[in-house]
Amino acid sequence: MDVLAGKVKMTPQTMNTAMNPIDALERPIRLTARDVTVHYGAKQALHGISIDIPDRAVTAFIGPSGCGKSTFLRCFNRMNDTIEGARVGGRIELDGEDIYDPSLDVVELRARIGMVFQKPNPFPKSIYENVAYGPKIHGLARSKTDLDEIVVSSLRKAGLFEEVKDRLHEPGTGLSGGQQQRLCIARAIAVGPEVILMDEPCSALDPIATAIIEELIDELRENYTIVIVTHSMQQAARVSQKTAFFHLGNLVEEGVTEDIFTNPVNKQTQDYIMGRIG
Amino acid sequence: MPTTGTDHIVTAYSDELTFLAQSIAEMGGLVEVAIENGTKSLLRLDRELADLTIIADQRIDDMQRRIDDMAVSMIARRQPMASDLRAIITSIHVASDLERVGDMAKQLARRSLKLEGMNLQPTFYNGVKNMTALVLRQVKEALDAYSNRDAEAAIEVCNRDDEVDAMHTSLFRELLTYMMEDPRNITPCTHLLFCAKNLERIGDHATNIAERAYYLQTGKQLTSEVQELQRTQIKT
Repeated sequence: MDVLAGKVKMTPQTMNTAMNPIDALERPIRLTARDVTVHYGAKQALHGISIDIPDRAVTAFIGPSGCGKSTFLRCFNRMNDTIEGARVGGRIELDGEDIYDPSLDVVELRARIGMVFQKPNPFPKSIYENVAYGPKIHGLARSKTDLDEIVVSSLRKAGLFEEVKDRLHEPGTGLSGGQQQRLCIARAIAVGPEVILMDEPCSALDPIATAIIEELIDELRENYTIVIVTHSMQQAARVSQKTAFFHLGNLVEEGVTEDIFTNPVNKQTQDYIMGRIG
Repeated sequence: MPTTGTDHIVTAYSDELTFLAQSIAEMGGLVEVAIENGTKSLLRLDRELADLTIIADQRIDDMQRRIDDMAVSMIARRQPMASDLRAIITSIHVASDLERVGDMAKQLARRSLKLEGMNLQPTFYNGVKNMTALVLRQVKEALDAYSNRDAEAAIEVCNRDDEVDAMHTSLFRELLTYMMEDPRNITPCTHLLFCAKNLERIGDHATNIAERAYYLQTGKQLTSEVQELQRTQIKT
């Protein structure tokens, strides 16, 4: 209500920072998935998913448990490679480049496409080390000063620096849940990714910590392409510009977030988002 | 109330939505009666009926407040989505339109008290009578389109508003003629002109309700382009 109180002057520019959701879909495409299938052994978890992920916007995947939304998210940085018996079919491209190309370095891919998980999982090291680890192994810092700079700027971007600046060398695990999650976001940012995948990043957090993360997502989307899986439809409605609804391993409907939550076309989507028994 | 055909997992939520729809229907019923009684009291110069109509408006106002409270509470507690959200938002709008219609019916009744003892010829009334019938039909059909979520019926109501406007214009001319014939008619005919204006405004609110019905069903605003498209489709 700062605007009403006259503290913030509403100019056309401030209004523009709230992105028009339709604009989000007109942005260049960063990630493309075509006919993606995933099998866990004999069980097919995803049935030919095709979707475009717009650049520097938030795309949300929603759907009931077991619908395949997390499985699909994990395809984008090849996390399914680590699951025994998982087979991924179809094609996923990052800027037109096939990310399942055998010659591609998966470690490098995961630096370009970072991930934040449901449960905050800082390394059992200091706050500083948590953020510095990635840049170190990727050789992104030439000197200690370089590294310090990366750590500070990543913590700043994750909105955590002010809270931890006096205890950078204390263990990351000593932070609160919300702070730990922001530490994990800082860790993902530190290696300079283009895309950040978030798998239910707020489900273990209280409403205040959730709001802080959501505010952060909104800021990050100016520089990063974000894909978020969430159980909370309200969260998807709040943070994303594009929403995709999954059900039983299929992509049922995708579109501008506003349309999905006010006037979805598909009956399954309607029933799900309205909390009706389908 | 037709919905998507499936119930909410939380039954209390379904019950609340049903109750909200019923409340709109009930308020609509009260408003229809108010228009009928307002005009009747005017045409018959029935003081008792006029008083009844004026008092009954309090109940209509109460219902609007109740519907508003219900809607706000449901938005806060249930975080409604899609057609549920539209049902709740439109109910606020429709209740507000109905409340205004109720006020206008009350004004019709009040005017009947002012007309008492004046020289009124039955011919003065014909136009008002016909206009009331048309406007009542508009309100009724707009409310039906709303409760049945019938987008086509809603468009028909909107298109028919032209008839109400045309009738208002011709009634204006007619009453003007009576005034020119005999200056003693000026006072009663001016009162009747205000009544005609009220009826015309009620017609506009009926159109608003029909527009909400269209939005509720389709999720899209009823623009003049949509109406025009529908008209050409009917013609061809």
